[in-house]
Parts: sequence; structure tokens; C-alpha cells
Amino acid sequence: MNTDVFTPWDDPQAKPLIQFQNVTKRFGEFTAIDNLSLGIFEREFFALLGPSGCGKTTMMRMLAGFETPTEGHILLGGQDIDPIPPNKRAVNMMFQSYALFPHLSVWENIAFGLRRDNIPKHDLEDRVEEMLRLTRLEQFARRKPHQISGGQRQRVALARSLAKAPKLLLLDEPLGALDKKLRQDTQFELMDIQEKTGTTFVIVTHDQEEAMTVASRVAVMDQGQLMQVATPDRIYENPASIYVADFIGDVNIIEGRATSSGEDAYQVDWAEGQAPLTASSSTGFANGQSCHLAIRPEKVTISAERPADAVNVVQGKVHDIAYLGNLSTYHVELANGTIIKAQTANTRRISRRSFTWEDSVWLSWTATAAVLLAN
Amino acid sequence: MNRLSWFNTVSLTLGFAFLYIPMIILIIFSFNESKLVTVWAGFSTKWYGELLQNEAFLDAAWVTIRVAVFSSTLATILGTAAAYVLVRSGRFFGRTLFSGMIYAPLVMPEVITGLSLLLLFIGIGLDRGILTIVLAHTTFSMCFVSVVVSSRLITFDRSLEEAALDLGCSPAQAFRLVTLPIIAPAVISGWLLAFTLSLDDLVIASFTSGPSATTLPIKIFSAVRLGVSPEINALSTIMIAVVTVGVIAASLVTKRAMVRQRQDELAAARTE
Repeated sequence: MNTDVFTPWDDPQAKPLIQFQNVTKRFGEFTAIDNLSLGIFEREFFALLGPSGCGKTTMMRMLAGFETPTEGHILLGGQDIDPIPPNKRAVNMMFQSYALFPHLSVWENIAFGLRRDNIPKHDLEDRVEEMLRLTRLEQFARRKPHQISGGQRQRVALARSLAKAPKLLLLDEPLGALDKKLRQDTQFELMDIQEKTGTTFVIVTHDQEEAMTVASRVAVMDQGQLMQVATPDRIYENPASIYVADFIGDVNIIEGRATSSGEDAYQVDWAEGQAPLTASSSTGFANGQSCHLAIRPEKVTISAERPADAVNVVQGKVHDIAYLGNLSTYHVELANGTIIKAQTANTRRISRRSFTWEDSVWLSWTATAAVLLAN
Repeated sequence: MNRLSWFNTVSLTLGFAFLYIPMIILIIFSFNESKLVTVWAGFSTKWYGELLQNEAFLDAAWVTIRVAVFSSTLATILGTAAAYVLVRSGRFFGRTLFSGMIYAPLVMPEVITGLSLLLLFIGIGLDRGILTIVLAHTTFSMCFVSVVVSSRLITFDRSLEEAALDLGCSPAQAFRLVTLPIIAPAVISGWLLAFTLSLDDLVIASFTSGPSATTLPIKIFSAVRLGVSPEINALSTIMIAVVTVGVIAASLVTKRAMVRQRQDELAAARTE
């Protein structure tokens, strides 16, 4: 394996920069975070992903020091940070609303944190100029926050939170206020800056595409608990549960009963009179145990003729077509009423499309394309 | 421009006449040559000249201004502090009671406020003078400041304060460097409100003033009891002028700031 690849979470010797140890946070009756443990490593770009109200913002506010855990501890570099107030932590935060100081210029906003540290005037000016260069804001230094555009404000907020060179930078929905095009550009800019500065980033987002793009690892959260923590590709290809599979991207779920058919391979009986489907799973299933077969639409091949050598083949007819320009998603109804989505790239012009509504088609996928999930 | 219908024209005229005719009569008669207030005998500014010679009025004016400055400053500090605690500290035991009690003096009859303060000052043996008027004015005007400042604080984005803490400010520094400059306009208008209230208060001042310190409203009131003189008209005209200039200046400044802000935002949107 290439040793340059950044995977400290696979190294048992590596010590996480941040450790959540059995952290629980309650607001009155409501449990926002439920007995959660997690390690985040230095230089990671870590994404907390989940629907609103899942507790991701609470986790971030606990790291910043605005909330303290009801139970458990949070360690930063091995030190328990629960009693440390926010102004004494080597942690900075970029707020969702940016929270730029409206009465100060861009320059003074960026210098604000540095001024609190009483560093020499010369060093302070150098540092602010460096931040302005990093975020390409040199020409806006003298302007007030309301005199610049939304994208520029976002960069000022980033420059201000990076100016003090924190050990950890928290980003609360940093791109939520930007339009889609600008958001995509900014995502790559964020990754670039994270790489250049070597700071550990923790980002909170409800946008799964954003999390997949920027993060080295993603934590999918629901109701105050971690559903899965893994790299974006593992989250996508090997979701731990139906919830994760469904939250990230599009997925087809077929219910059935598993029968072992060799190492990590299972036969799934899913409908009367239909040949069983083959899928792989690293978690064991007992014979006859009910299971869910999850398969991504882009891994399903659609064809007019029955493919000769495919492992999994089902027949159905085209129920609906969603044309997305670069892709088309075919909703195919099987004999028992199940709808399976198959996605194909539109490599030919649409007038040459092979299938249309009500056409009888064959869907096929390989033995390893689908994963088996217990719940 | 819309043309007003006859009904609207009449309503407008009647309304404004009702509001301003008394003041206009007062201003006109302040330029009256005659000593008789109700008989016009030609234009003159002599009463303004005589006003400047009248030491009793000048003393009273000086007392009034000092009282207004001190009491409104004190009221602004206390009122802002009270507003901050009531808006920020969330729910604590007795919060509803406290916020109700802050606003009660707004509707309390001034006679009662004045009388209770008088009893207090006599009880603790404080000689009545400038100090007692300042204390009394602070008491009743701080709740006005508190109302003005708390309505600003409610719309204040708390993440600004959190950002200041996050960047290394102590809570006191965050207040001084971020919160205060941003809510400053509300604090200033609270101060101006307290200043005006103190300037024109008669009831409470007459309960709490002593022979050594008389405010202008008291002086005018007692002078009028001996008969209205054109000098009083002149004095009142000056007060009206000062207030008018103040109000116009304040509204012009606000309007210009608003226009500039809008232009800046438009310019920012274009550079996107």
C-alpha cells in the first residue's frame, strides 16, 4: 500500500487530536448527544453530516466551548478541555452567519483575534497580509463587511478564524449561504487552504455532496448518535445500515432472506418464482435471516436483451425516466411491483435513446455490486 | 405625486392645526413689542435681550442642563445594564417579575414617584438640591433607556459575541469591543430620550428640588403663576428651536446612513 496516503485512523499507534469519550449532552429533557465516542486525527478534514436536529451543531459548539458535556469528556491533544472557556481554547470557529463585526473593516476583522494576543505590531500586520493573500482579499482590506459580496464575506470569515493558527478549525455550514456554483468552487478552495495550512478542520453540514467532496472522513449522525464513521468511498460503497445507504446518494433496497453460498457470499430469495440474487457481505447472516439488499442505481445495467453472462438478472418494464442531461435514471417496475432505479450515462444524444416508457427491459448487476444490510 | 382628495386635505389640515397652532401663537407673541401677552404691538426681539439679563432664568437653565446630563448618563448606564441582563441571561428565577418591575415606572403616575422619592430623601436625611433631582430623574428615566436598548438587543445576532469570545476576548472585552459599538445608536438614542425627559420634567423635580436648586420648568411654572410674560414666550421659543434642530439633525443623519448602506450593498452585489 502507498504510504503517502493519509489514513491515521487505520494506524493503531496514532493518537487522535480530539477524543470524545462517552459524551452525552442534554438540554432539559432533550438528549442532543447520546453517549458518543469519537476520535479525530491531526490534519484531518472531518465532516459531521446529518439532518437538522441530529446533534452535529451541538458537537461543534462543545468543541468551541459554548456548551459543556452533561456527561463524559472531550480531550484536545490529550488534555481535558471541558473546564476551559472558549476564549482560552486553541480552537477557532467559522460561524454559519459568518458573524463578521459590522463596525470593523475586513482588515480589522482579520486582525481582531491577533490583537487579543498582544503580538508585536509588525508580526500582526504580516500575519493579516498573509491571510488576505491566502483568501485573495487584498483589494478589499479597507472595506466594511456590508460593502463586499457574500462569497467575499465567507472568505473574510475563513481568514479571521484561521489568523490565530488554531490547532482545530470548526466550520458550521460554511457554504450554506452561497449559491451552487460558488459553493462548488469554494469547496475546492477550502480543501486547498486546509492542505496549505495543515490545520485540522471539522465541518458541519447537511449537504452530503459537500461532505463527500471535502472530507477525509465523514461521520453520519442521527438523533445524537453516530451511524457510521468512515472515508467517503466506504460510506458510499459499504454503508453500515439502510439509514446511511439512504442518506448518502440514491439506493435501491430489495428485501429478502439470505442463504450462505460460500465465503462472504450469499444467495437472497426475494420473490416467489424468481431466481435468487447474489450479493457479498463481510458481516455474517444466518441461513434464512431476513436481510436488505442495497444496490446503487449506477451499478445496475439496463439492456433490451437478456445479458448472457450476468450473475443477477431481473426483468421489468420502464415505468419512468428522469433525464438529468448527463445522466438518465430509469425507474423499472418488476413483476412483483418493486421499482428498481438504474442509472446510465448519456453517452449518445437523446434522440438515439434505446428505451422508452413501457419498454420491456432487463436489469443486471455483478455478484459484488450489491451489499447486504441487516437493518 | 398623488394629489390628496379634499377629505384627506381637510383631515391633514385639522390634525396639524390642532398640534401646532398653540406653539405658533407662542412663537409669534415672543416677538411682540408690547408687555401685554395677548395684544400685538409690532415686531421686536427685546424680550430675548432681557432674557439674557435675567440671572434667575440663566441659573435655572444651568441647573437643568447639569441635572439632565448627569441623570441621563447615569440612567443610560443602569438602563443598558438592566436591558442586557434581562435579554441575555435567559430564564432565571423571577425573570418575568424583574422585567415587569423594570417597566412599571413607565406607567406609574409621576406624582406618586415624586412623593415616594421625597419621603425617601427626608427619611435618609438627604438635603434636597441638585443631587436629589439627579437621583430622581435617573430613577424614572432609566426604564425608558432600558426599553430602547433591550429592543435593539433582541435583534442582535448573538453569534457576534460568540465570535469575539472564540477569538480570545474575555466576556467583558467582547461587550466593550463588539456589543457596545454595535448597539451604540440605541444607547445614544436612549440617552437622548432620558435627556429630554429630564429637561422637561416638572412634577418629579418640584417634589425633589430644594431652594438651592430650581430647574427651568419649575421656574417657568412659578413665573407663569404670577402672570405670563413675553419673556417666558421667548424662553419657550428657544427651547422649541433647540428641540426642532436636534430632531431634524438626528433624522437627517439616520437617513443618510441608510442611503449609504443601501448604495454599499448594491455595489457589493455588483462585484459578485
